[in-house]
Amino acid sequence: MNVDKQTYKKYVASRAPASPLVKDMFLAFVTGGAICAFAEGLYNFYLFIKIEEETVRTLVPVTIVFLASLSTGLGVFDSLAKFAGAGTLVPITGFSNAVISPALDDKSEGLVMGVGAKMFTISGPVIVYGVISSVIYGVIYWLMGVLL
Amino acid sequence: MSLLWDMVKAFLVGGAICAVVQIFIDKTALTPARILVCLVTLGVVLGAIGVYKPFIDFAGCGASVPLTGFGATLAEGVRKAVDERGLIGALTGGLAGSAGGIAAAIFFGYFFALVFRSKPRD
Repeated sequence: MNVDKQTYKKYVASRAPASPLVKDMFLAFVTGGAICAFAEGLYNFYLFIKIEEETVRTLVPVTIVFLASLSTGLGVFDSLAKFAGAGTLVPITGFSNAVISPALDDKSEGLVMGVGAKMFTISGPVIVYGVISSVIYGVIYWLMGVLL
Repeated sequence: MSLLWDMVKAFLVGGAICAVVQIFIDKTALTPARILVCLVTLGVVLGAIGVYKPFIDFAGCGASVPLTGFGATLAEGVRKAVDERGLIGALTGGLAGSAGGIAAAIFFGYFFALVFRSKPRD
């Protein structure tokens, strides 16, 4: 069969199941909200046991990252992510999962080029663009301080 | 009770951010990697123009735990470092501010990648 790209795209779109947007959004809202509410509870708990607020601000994401890595290792995270969509992707859990998932999958390629390198296939770009935009901001901020 | 109210705010705001991003997942062809990159960059921009900090003050972890908060932390770190050390702070501040989260993701990711096996996906 001879079809051009456009026709094929339309065909695929017409055959793909319509994604139930409202349901997906609801699931993302509930899971993402629950993760954030859990983090907030954790934040207050750490403050309650008299940990300094500056430390707590780092400790909370570290704890969430720990739990996300562990649950990815256990295989629980992926089952949750399948229906949570953005609910697990958008919180720091998604970043954490992006670090460990490819590392787990390509472990067979070795500890250096498998685990070591593959950790950054998705999280690398996040760090790259985050750092680049923050450096640009820093230069602008410095210039504003000097010039104004 | 203030703890409950804090958690409700975090739930509503964090959930709302996720629900909005879900629209982009469903309606565009953006890959998760691109979405994460967009979120972190958006966070830096919002942090830079000063709108994200008040947002975190209101919603707490509802604003800081989504990846936009990670971007805002980078911007915040850079601003602090430039205030303290001048131009070199533009290079040092961002990663210093977000070091904990990144190092944790690398360390725990590596550790658990060694401990566990990848699960077959269906």
